Order: sequence, then structure tokens, then C-alpha cells
Amino acid sequence: MSSISPPAERIWWKAPLDKMEIAWIGIALVWSLTMFFMMVYWHIYGKQNLSPETYKTTKEMFSAKTQAMVDKYTVRKESDIEVVHPPAGKPGEPTDVYLIARLWNWWPILELEEGKTYRLHMTAMDYQHGFSLQPENINIQVIPGYEHVVKVTPNRAGTYSIVCNEYCGIGHHTMVGRLYVTKGNE
Amino acid sequence: MATTYRICPRSGLQFDSDAEKLMRWNAVAGVLALLTGGVGALLVILTRWPEVHLLQADQFYLVLTSHGVNMLLFWIIFFEMAVLYFASSTLLHCRIATPRIAWLGFWLMAIGAVTTNVAIFQGESSVMMTSYVPMMAKPHFYLGLILFAVGALLGCFVFLGTLVVAKAEKTYEGSIPLVTFGALTACIIAVFTIASGAIILIPTFLWSVGYIKEIDPLMYRIIWWAMGHSSQQINVAAHVSIWYAIAAIVFGAKPMSERVSRTAFFLYILFLQLASAHHLLADPGMSSEWKVVNTSYFMYFAVLASMIHGFTVPGAIEVAQREKGYTKGLFEWLRKAPWGNPAFSAMFISLVGFGFLGGITGVMMGTEQLNMLIHNTIYVPGHFHATVVIGTTLSFMGLTYFLIPVLFKREIVWPGLAKIQPYLFGLSMYVLALVMMGAGTLGVSRRHWDMHFAGATFAYEWPGAAYLMMTLTGIAGVVAVIGGGLWVLQVVISILFGKKLDEGKISNKTVPLTLPLPQAGGAAVVHHGAPGTLVLALLFLVTFVLYYFVNWKYLSTLWGLS
Repeated sequence: MSSISPPAERIWWKAPLDKMEIAWIGIALVWSLTMFFMMVYWHIYGKQNLSPETYKTTKEMFSAKTQAMVDKYTVRKESDIEVVHPPAGKPGEPTDVYLIARLWNWWPILELEEGKTYRLHMTAMDYQHGFSLQPENINIQVIPGYEHVVKVTPNRAGTYSIVCNEYCGIGHHTMVGRLYVTKGNE
Repeated sequence: MATTYRICPRSGLQFDSDAEKLMRWNAVAGVLALLTGGVGALLVILTRWPEVHLLQADQFYLVLTSHGVNMLLFWIIFFEMAVLYFASSTLLHCRIATPRIAWLGFWLMAIGAVTTNVAIFQGESSVMMTSYVPMMAKPHFYLGLILFAVGALLGCFVFLGTLVVAKAEKTYEGSIPLVTFGALTACIIAVFTIASGAIILIPTFLWSVGYIKEIDPLMYRIIWWAMGHSSQQINVAAHVSIWYAIAAIVFGAKPMSERVSRTAFFLYILFLQLASAHHLLADPGMSSEWKVVNTSYFMYFAVLASMIHGFTVPGAIEVAQREKGYTKGLFEWLRKAPWGNPAFSAMFISLVGFGFLGGITGVMMGTEQLNMLIHNTIYVPGHFHATVVIGTTLSFMGLTYFLIPVLFKREIVWPGLAKIQPYLFGLSMYVLALVMMGAGTLGVSRRHWDMHFAGATFAYEWPGAAYLMMTLTGIAGVVAVIGGGLWVLQVVISILFGKKLDEGKISNKTVPLTLPLPQAGGAAVVHHGAPGTLVLALLFLVTFVLYYFVNWKYLSTLWGLS
């Protein structure tokens, strides 16, 4: 009578449990609950929580908002792509910045300031794309029709790349954007 | 024509001839899918190996789509159909219910699998296994998947029907065996999974032929993953059942406690289905509360269930071994285990790898906030090669070593090779999973043709360690493909040309399973417990806790996000 035959005892559910088995179940239960409450704890005390703020949008609506930002705040061009440096808002009033994912680039190049908070709006124009900020390693899915607003506070100045990490067709590997973080008002 | 029953002289198992034939055909179809997927695996790995970079981009995405679909769906589900028929008809000593419908299911699955493969290899359907809308494949890509799913659903109903037959015809006494209970769990999860697949793939098919204007991409992701991730939960339930089965076959092990093991399976039924959320943690649209509750399978109760199985399977082996007299120290039972028996070695490598490499990382990346670190990086396939390949595929391979003489009535042609194959395949997969996860921790993307970003305006330079990890991925991957290929070769040659074995006594009547008479005052057995297993389990826990908090530490250094 083993695991591949019917239990030898008809009333198997009354058989006593092994002490070590009970101990392990107890430990595993405590650990499971710890991990669950860790996520809740981080929402209260942690500083890295992905914002769920989302709106339905269309290509036209989102392009118009992005274009308006680009028209107003472009500071220079790199490889023919606008580098945009919107002024950082006061504490408590983060600036809205927009980023478009499309076949096969990220537009425009944003230039943010270290220690300042921004509301980063993202959507995709065609297929799904993946926002993978390197070498920071923050990864967010970008979905057409949905405008995701993520509050970000860059904590290190430098040059960052945005690698697309959702498969989006034959040119997927060329879809790399750029993002700058500057120290204060340089 | 009435069916006949055969008692296998090597295992004592009784096979219904209809069920037996179905099992053989399903297993063979699975092996063919594994072969197709395996050739794909080689091409994929040789392209992601940076120094080799074999295929062109379009070929790479085509082959990657084929690899995913053939491995994750066709190989595994064909084999699971065989497991369902084995766990019902064979273990309960009964005829299989409605064999004709089972055959209809098989052929639908076969036609579906071929159709989807044709669509993929024609090109224009390189949409990856996930086929995220609005990227569109050809209609027959979706149609093949739908036919396959309908066929699998019929197989599930035949399994459930067979349980009813066994009960009605009183072919067993008491409760169904634990392994059958686990298979029932897999079947219930499969019905949910296939229903989710139908709900999303049928409209997507209609969209691809032009009857529906638009499929919402976010809704697609939620429902598709109710199939995509849940189908991996069928695998978990199935391969945990196989672990118990192999422990029973090799050691005569019985569960430490029927109540605990069955409750753990029941927790799977209750909670595993929330897993759709794992893939949406980095998505817009869902609230944080929804993500937290669902990704944790409601407070990690399904993880608890896996941790219980992870203890009770080796625990059952330990108890059985101690009863045989291997009682010295903590680990004599393990040292004296039959490491040369490929069914056992495959099962044990599968168990340890699934827990340490697949389980821990799965929980880490399924944590709502930590997911941002690895979403869509090659960490993800690293993780699921530990769960699906080491966990599921390797345990299926182990079971097959047992089934070749028992079900196919053939001798294994190269027993020496069989001895080493689980180590070669399993351990190279350990390395593969580890280095893929290493590369993913450094940010390297999954499903990406060129980590050098040839032709990009602003190419990114990965850290040197990332290239090293990807080179090691290439090497380990090639070894794993060789290990898997040797298994396929061994199985095919044994089935075709292996020495024929005695099929045993055939009769028109089944021999019902009976329970031993209750002994007065209960049996006076020495109770051994499983101290060695407890030590191993605590080692697992320490690894788990450390790795979990290291990742929180890493997360805390990132940009502020709120």
C-alpha cells in the first residue's frame, strides 16, 4: 500500500500526524505570511512601489500631449531626436513628462534632474513594448491604449538607456532609447 | 468489442488495453513535440550565445515561437494526457471511459499541434507563445491552439469519467490513491486553464480573420495568463504526483500523512489559479491590492502547499528507507538510495532543482515590488527552465524510464546511458537556469535577438559579466540539448528496436483492488519520522530567506517610485 494504491486505512483523515511534519508546516506557514505582509509593509514604508495610476488613451491624444512638451522644452537634438528638459516642479508638485514607445524607438529623450520627482506618462503607439531602464534595471510593461503614470525620483545622475524588452517585431533589438539625469540645474 | 486487461509481470500493474494504447500514443506524440522543440532549443541557444549568434533575427523569432509552443504546450500536455489515463484506469484497475472520445481528443490535439506548427514555420506567425495582441498571427496559428485545447479538454473529461466508472464498478475500495488525487487536481486545474484559453483565443482567432475589430491588449493579458500560467500549475500538480508515484514505485513509499498531502493538493485547487497576476505586476491598469493578493496566491497558501510537498515527498522516501534498515545518522537513507536508477535520480534532481532554483526564484519574482527588477529579463526564462524543465520535463523523463519496460514492453537499449542521462540533462539545466538568472539580474532582456543592439541609434553596452553569463548560458544550453537529445534517442530506439518483453497474463476481467483487513489494535510499527528531510528543508528555508531579503535590499537602492 503506497502512494499509488488506495490508502490502507479507510479512515485515513484521522491518522495522527508526524511531529516533524507538523513543525515544517508551521514554519512554512509563518514564512508564507511573512512574505505576504512584506509586500504590504513595503507599500507603507518602502520607496519603490509601482504606481497603478492608469488612464485609457489614444495614439492621437497621447501624441498631442507629448508634442506639446517637446515643442516647449526641447534643449538640443541628438541623432535627430529631441532632448527635452522640462523644469522640475516644486516639492509636492511633480512635473508631467511624456514618453512614447513605438516601432522601433523611444521618443523623445528626457532629461531629468537628480532628486526631483516627475510624473512619467508612458504608452505604446502600436504593439506592446517593455520599458527597461539600464543599468538601473527598472522594468515596466508598456501597453497600447493605456496611459500609465509612474512617479519617479531619479537618485543618481548619469546617462541611462531604455532597452525595449517586450518582443515587438523584427527591429526589436534596435529599440533602445536614452534618458539623462543631471545634477540640479546644470 | 470488450476490452482486455493485462497484468504487467515486471510491475504488477494492471493495464486496460484501450487505455494502454492511448497512453502510448499520447506519450509518443509528446516525445515528437519535444523533439521539435528541442531542435528549436538548440537554434535558440546558439543564437543567444553572443559569440556564436547563429540565426538571423526573423528566423530567431520564428524558432523561439516554435520552441515555446512545442515545449510548454504540446510536449507537456500530450504527456499529461498519458499521465491522466495512467492515474485513473491503471491505478484504479478499471476500464477507461469512452475510449472513442479519448481518441477523438487525441486526434484533435494532434491536428491542432500540427496546424499551429505549420502556421509558425510558414513565417508570419512569429508572435511568441504569448501572442500578445495587437501583434497578429495567421488565423490557423490560433485555430490550431483551439483545436489542441478542445482535444485536451475531452481528455480531461475522459479522466473524470474513468473515475466515475471505477467508483460505479467498484474496482477499488476506500479512497482513490494519492497519485490519482494529484492527477485529479491537475485535471481540475486543466479544465479551468483550457476554459480561460478558449475565452481569449476564440475571440483572438475571430479578430485575426476580421470578424472582431479589436482585442483589448490588457484584457488579453489577464485572460491569456489565466491559461498561460495556470497551464504551468497543471504541470506542478502533475509532476508532484509523479514524484509521489516514483517514490512509491522505487521505494514502496507511502505518504507520511494522506491528510497533509491531500490537503496540500487541495490548496492548489483553491489558490493556484490566481497566478495570472504574476505576469501583470509591471503592467498598468490593475490596483496594487489586486496585484498583492493575486500574485501571492492569496497569502502564499499555494506556496505553502508546495513547501509541504517538498517536505513530504523526500520525507516519504526517508521513512520507507528507514523501515528497510537505513537508519544510521541523518542521511544514510539518502546515501543508500538507488542513484543508478534513472527513474529515481531524475525524480530527485527534479525535486531539488524545482525547489531551490525554481521555487525560490518564482516567489521572489512574483513579489509585487521585486518583480520590477526582473520583469521581461532573461531571469524569467531562467526561472521557468528550472520549474518546467527541471521540475516537469525531467520528472516525465524519469517516469518514462519506468514506463518503457512496463507500458511499451521493451527493454531499454542502453542502460549505461540511461544511468547518466538524468545527471547530464538535469545538472546542465541547473547551470543554465542559474546563469540565465544571473544575466537577468544584470538586466539582459528575454526574447531578444542581439544583445549588441546592431543597428540601434543608441546602443547600450551591457556589463562584461552579462556577456559572460550569456556565453555560459550558451555552453550549458548546448550540453542540456545533448542530454535531452540522448533521452529522445534512447526512448525512440528502445520503443522501436528494444528487446520485446513478456506482456504478462491477459484476462477479460479486471482484478479489483482490495484493502487489507484492519488489524486488531493497529499495527505495531516503529515510527521513524524524517529528521534528515527536516534538515534539508531547513537548509532550503535559510536559502529562501536570504535570497528573498537580498533582493529587497537591491530594490531599496533603485530610483524612488510611487
